[in-house]
Amino acid sequence: MSGRADAVAPRGLLTAGVLGRADAEGLVKRILGFSTADACRVSVSSRSRGNTRFAVNQVSTAGDTEDLQVAVRAVVGKKVGVATTNRLDDEALRRVVQTAERIAKLSPDDPELLPELGPQEYLPVDAWDDATAAADPAARAALVVAVTERARREGLVATGYLEVEAQAVAIGTSAGLFAYHRATDAAMTTTVRTADGAGSGWAGGAARRLAGLDAATMGERAIEKARRSVNPVAVEPGRYTVVLEPTAVGNLVQLLAFATQARSADEGRSFFSKPGGGNKIGMQVVDPRVTLTGDPQHPDAPGAPFTGDGLATRKVTWIGEGVVRDLAYDRYWASRKNVAPVANPGSLQMQGGSSSLDEMIASTERGILVTRFWYIRPVDPRTILYTGLTRDGTFLIEKGKVTRAVKNLRFNESPVFLLNNLEAMGRPVRVSASESGSTGLPVVAPAIKARDFNFTSLSDAV
Amino acid sequence: MTTSRRDFLRTSAAAAAAGLAADLASTLAVGAVAPSPLRAAARAATPGDPLIRALVQQAVDAATAAGAGYADARISQNRVRTLSTRERRVQGIADSETMGCGVRVLVDGTWGFAATRELTGDAVARCARQAVAQAKANRRTQVAPVRLAPAAPTKDGSWRSPARIDPFDVAIEDQVALLLEANAAALAVRGVPFVTSAMFFLREEKTYANSDGTTTHQTIYRSQPSMTCTAVDMAAGDFQSRQSTDVQPMGRGYEHVLDAKLVANAPRWAEEAVQKLKAKPVEPGRYDLVLHPTHLWLTIHESIAHPTELDRALGFEANYAGTSFVSPPDKVLGQLRYGPATMNVRADRDQEGSLGAVGWDDEGVKPEPYDIIKDGVVVDYQTTREQAPYLEAWYRSRGREVRSHGNSYAQSWADVQFQRMPNVSLLPGPKDLVWDDLIAATDRGIAIVGDGSFSIDQQRYNAQFGGQLFYEIRGGKVVGMLKDVAYQMRTPEFWGAMDMLGGARSYLLGGAFSDGKGQPSQSNAVSHGCPPTRHKAIPVINTGRKA
Repeated sequence: MSGRADAVAPRGLLTAGVLGRADAEGLVKRILGFSTADACRVSVSSRSRGNTRFAVNQVSTAGDTEDLQVAVRAVVGKKVGVATTNRLDDEALRRVVQTAERIAKLSPDDPELLPELGPQEYLPVDAWDDATAAADPAARAALVVAVTERARREGLVATGYLEVEAQAVAIGTSAGLFAYHRATDAAMTTTVRTADGAGSGWAGGAARRLAGLDAATMGERAIEKARRSVNPVAVEPGRYTVVLEPTAVGNLVQLLAFATQARSADEGRSFFSKPGGGNKIGMQVVDPRVTLTGDPQHPDAPGAPFTGDGLATRKVTWIGEGVVRDLAYDRYWASRKNVAPVANPGSLQMQGGSSSLDEMIASTERGILVTRFWYIRPVDPRTILYTGLTRDGTFLIEKGKVTRAVKNLRFNESPVFLLNNLEAMGRPVRVSASESGSTGLPVVAPAIKARDFNFTSLSDAV
Repeated sequence: MTTSRRDFLRTSAAAAAAGLAADLASTLAVGAVAPSPLRAAARAATPGDPLIRALVQQAVDAATAAGAGYADARISQNRVRTLSTRERRVQGIADSETMGCGVRVLVDGTWGFAATRELTGDAVARCARQAVAQAKANRRTQVAPVRLAPAAPTKDGSWRSPARIDPFDVAIEDQVALLLEANAAALAVRGVPFVTSAMFFLREEKTYANSDGTTTHQTIYRSQPSMTCTAVDMAAGDFQSRQSTDVQPMGRGYEHVLDAKLVANAPRWAEEAVQKLKAKPVEPGRYDLVLHPTHLWLTIHESIAHPTELDRALGFEANYAGTSFVSPPDKVLGQLRYGPATMNVRADRDQEGSLGAVGWDDEGVKPEPYDIIKDGVVVDYQTTREQAPYLEAWYRSRGREVRSHGNSYAQSWADVQFQRMPNVSLLPGPKDLVWDDLIAATDRGIAIVGDGSFSIDQQRYNAQFGGQLFYEIRGGKVVGMLKDVAYQMRTPEFWGAMDMLGGARSYLLGGAFSDGKGQPSQSNAVSHGCPPTRHKAIPVINTGRKA
């Protein structure tokens, strides 16, 4: 896709809306050449996103968008300025460099300034798929039809979303660094409702290859859940044993990973702060069967080989056998604490166990089976406590069997408490863990069973 | 210095003559040749000038030539400045600009949309044809064709936010100095080691044309200064933050920052963070709640404004934002009681300085204010041109025309427009009551100031809200501060329990830049005006737990 041959055919250069390595490097170096600052970092992010929405069993809207952002960070003395643009003519590029330099000159000194990184060693990360980058509206519509036609035949109403993204990020510095990474990702979700609105079922998935999305199976799962979720019974809010499907686990466990900054912990304003000072590295905080990693090279949920400042990512273990192993240290905080920087690789994996979902249900005397959570918002950062609700497939388990649908429930709960109350885990799978259904943080999670999950009120929402 | 607008204008005539043919490939080529008239054309492409007007028209014409029955095109240039600080240090100052063209087409009743950052005649025409091809690809799924309510065309419409001081004309040194001075004032309060502060400014130049003959140009400003003060008790392993929710985001210029008086207010916000550390944990139970406008706007946003979006009520947003309990329309319009007869909710896009204010929406409709809830009963929904026809029977029964309310919006040139809420506001009551009057009238309750944690279900029944500050009320007086407070509600009961509301003097505008909806999720900026209110016997929980 990259290379000189394409440059003569103008549209070929950006067919997938994404710059190849050689073109990205040429552009980065050209912009660095405009710099008159003491140090400079240039980031070029090119992205193509195709999306198709469907509602009431037909495509409602869709979009094909290409964009390219240039960000320039200029350092003058100990002062820093940043400017970005999506204009690529020489005048605009010169201007964005000048703007960054002008802002830097007007800024006070940054006492936390570090020199720009020179050349770095990065892990190889294979996250690109040509076919996914080339998927067109007709290819997307074919997946949509696999869901909507069956729903319509069965008198149900399917709504959903398919997003396919290709992106390339390149970073260059005046200290000689050049870093380039490109990735594709796809996510599809669907909510199927009964015609009278009395039942609603959801299914979704994410994959770095569009071919990894099985739309027909998603449709079947959502249809089955919609059917089974009608006439829900109200249960009293309180502490319940829960069996959480992998998506629901991903919804909650990612909240723990969002809170892993060493600096906040050391400053006494994080769950990971140790009372009296310092942080919880080395302390047991959840069940010893729990291991949470960020692996940039994970085959199903890869992250990025570097962060925005060019720092290399490695596999990190946020929680290993229940113990806090790593927290994220940016370069400044690492230098203050005399440790090596720890970069967040931008992907999350929770290790699982050997229980099947059926086994978890069969071993449950009374509990609630959750498909997914929604509108999850922070309540108390001291305990990583969040509130949110179950949605689109919430069922009562009695005497080892799923007996009927229950009304949705609001929780006030923390992944910390959840993972302390762990009973069983299944095989981990890639999930669509973002509420909006967009590609986002790639998450791999197992289904789990846990006790004493805190539901605080009932919802009448279907 | 603003973006070299004068330079743009100087070159625009030459650029137009050059035929708008700058090519991305030539721009990208390594070791590019000397500047040519062609690349000058790309540089000249700034909104508001004749070149941009010509480009949006060219996109519309290309779409109709390719088979679109209706088409519209938007070129936006969004300029954003963000400044962020912590304690005595600047964390980041960034200026960003993004510019491009989005083309939406309707082909035999199926939508298509494509967007490009390339602003040349060829590029926008290609983009228009891409949108038409996409619509044709999606037409195979069509069950019912889209039809649009009529809208009177506007020729050469022009509108500008009521900004007195362009934030991009204010010296960055002055903006930084103000934030660092406010931080220092907060840090002077004992027990407050951490302070962050920030400013955000947007200026959007938006040029629009559609195949009905509408052409408009709008200049939209948004500004928000903000602070967070954090008090820490390291020994107890406790920390509490106070956000500057007294200052809400507005559709104004830099005068909004000056009016916010950050330096004068910072010590109070810091003191309040310290007080929260020592506040009494709330006893769970039912309380009469007295809600300040800086808090209540968010409850209105979630529990009134969202459920009265017509696309939600009809199921179009079921997969993410959700549906609505205010449904089906023919069973609720004129029938569903939302609250007491004193409850009136109005939608508008013209309150001065509000975030929802515009001259025309993103499909060229001039918005008019309208009632959503009248005397406690639902009487209308938020609509676009596609949606208004769904309510045809209701409008005809009331002797009204079938017209869009002008509630179409896209967050940028790269996103397709769809139904987004305008300002949705709770009107003040007839009595001249203010905040203190509501507290004085309350025997046992909790007063809540500022928006905090928020969450609501996908049909907008069950919600939970926190806040910034919670005060215990006993015998008509504030007797102390509480913490770990959240109230849970079922929307109809909550509004049904409203028994007092403030008068016009106590009405304030709150709002957010980040009202999320749609897939991919788009952020809408919206204000909600309201007086303080009182709600009887609302369930309150204690959210504090030990880790």
